[in-house]
Amino acid sequence: MTNTSRFLTSLCSAAVLFLSGGCRYLKQDMANQPKNRPLSPSDFFDDGRSERPLVKNTVARGSIADDELFVPKDSNNFPLPVNRELLERGEERYKIFCTPCHGLQGDGNGMIAIRGMKHPPTFHQDRLRQAPNGYFYDNITNGFGAMYGYSAQIPPRDRWAIIAYVRALQLSRNAKVADLPASLRGRLEPLGIAGDIPGGATPGQVGSIKKEASGAKKE
Amino acid sequence: MAQIFHRSTNFISRFSVFSAIFLIGLALVAVLAVARSPYMTRQNISREQPVQFSHKHHVGDDGIDCRYCHTSVETSAVAGIPPTKTCMNCHSVLFNTAPYLEPIRESYRSDKSIEWVKVHRLADFAYFNHSIHVNKGVGCTTCHGQVDQMPLVFQANTLLMQWCIDCHRNPEPSLRPMDKVFAMDWKPGPDQEELGMQFAVERRIRTTAELTSCSTCHR
Repeated sequence: MTNTSRFLTSLCSAAVLFLSGGCRYLKQDMANQPKNRPLSPSDFFDDGRSERPLVKNTVARGSIADDELFVPKDSNNFPLPVNRELLERGEERYKIFCTPCHGLQGDGNGMIAIRGMKHPPTFHQDRLRQAPNGYFYDNITNGFGAMYGYSAQIPPRDRWAIIAYVRALQLSRNAKVADLPASLRGRLEPLGIAGDIPGGATPGQVGSIKKEASGAKKE
Repeated sequence: MAQIFHRSTNFISRFSVFSAIFLIGLALVAVLAVARSPYMTRQNISREQPVQFSHKHHVGDDGIDCRYCHTSVETSAVAGIPPTKTCMNCHSVLFNTAPYLEPIRESYRSDKSIEWVKVHRLADFAYFNHSIHVNKGVGCTTCHGQVDQMPLVFQANTLLMQWCIDCHRNPEPSLRPMDKVFAMDWKPGPDQEELGMQFAVERRIRTTAELTSCSTCHR
């Protein structure tokens, strides 16, 4: 055997040894790539998570913009323009995150409260009607009583949308006929409901007004 | 000299050749059938979990919205598995001494993740994104089935590429009104064909050629 062929042989065997190292992944196919997907376990980090928690005393990129939406607990500021879009977003978010306990009407009779969770106070009491917006923002963010904070689930903009919707819910129980726009008021007057309903209209009353109104329209 | 083989062996040789071809074909069909069977796709097979979390109870009985826990489904590729804190929102009060929920409390105390067993596992070369499907009006139950009736979640569909492509070729029947995307009880009505076409135009669903292009899902 010449020197050249001996050299080639050893080179080839070295190459085979080196390349066969990759065979470990061959049997896994491309379906199991050696990479982390969201929430997949990891043996690299001590806590077994590939998803890394935020380092203490740091701010996530982009979240500094949310500072504008921060309102102190005792302030009644509302940092966003209130329009139909915000209210509809608020309704949707309220139904996802709040109804389980606070209920669809905000009276604290949600399904989870019925199942044995502590009943939250109704939004339709003077204390909460007069509470500043910042008070609601603080409670959604940091929690209150048996309620844990929802800062992880509800981004700041949505928290304000929810507050706007809660305010609308509060108004719905305490609205006066005089508060209605003239076009709607005109439809109530023929029914003899010109004055204010004391203590606000209950859902039952609203329902019967609606029924009468639709009946009146048919006539 | 006499013939070694009798004339009748002609039949045997022909029969063996044809049956060999037939058997190879049958084996091929069997391999393909097994690959599509629940044995391989794990369709309809419930998975044991570290805590036997019941979607039937939480969604079906309690009426909690999908997004209460799967918060990132509208904004990111993954719907997200909730942190243990989300469980504790209610279970710090409800069943807070039940031995059944001890792994949850242990996880909350020790800040160690619960290792849930993944049910819907896609190959690493498929890039699925929840948010685009949800935002274009494909509902949860279209792919995940009646989760509100599953005590333990199982995969309701094959998750084979064929199944993905079926819908990418013809998305209209699966497009819902936007307020029904997270509804568990949505069924296509008699006017779905018309509505689907309308939604596809309104929401600018891409053409079949684009939706079935390789790089739409494999990048």
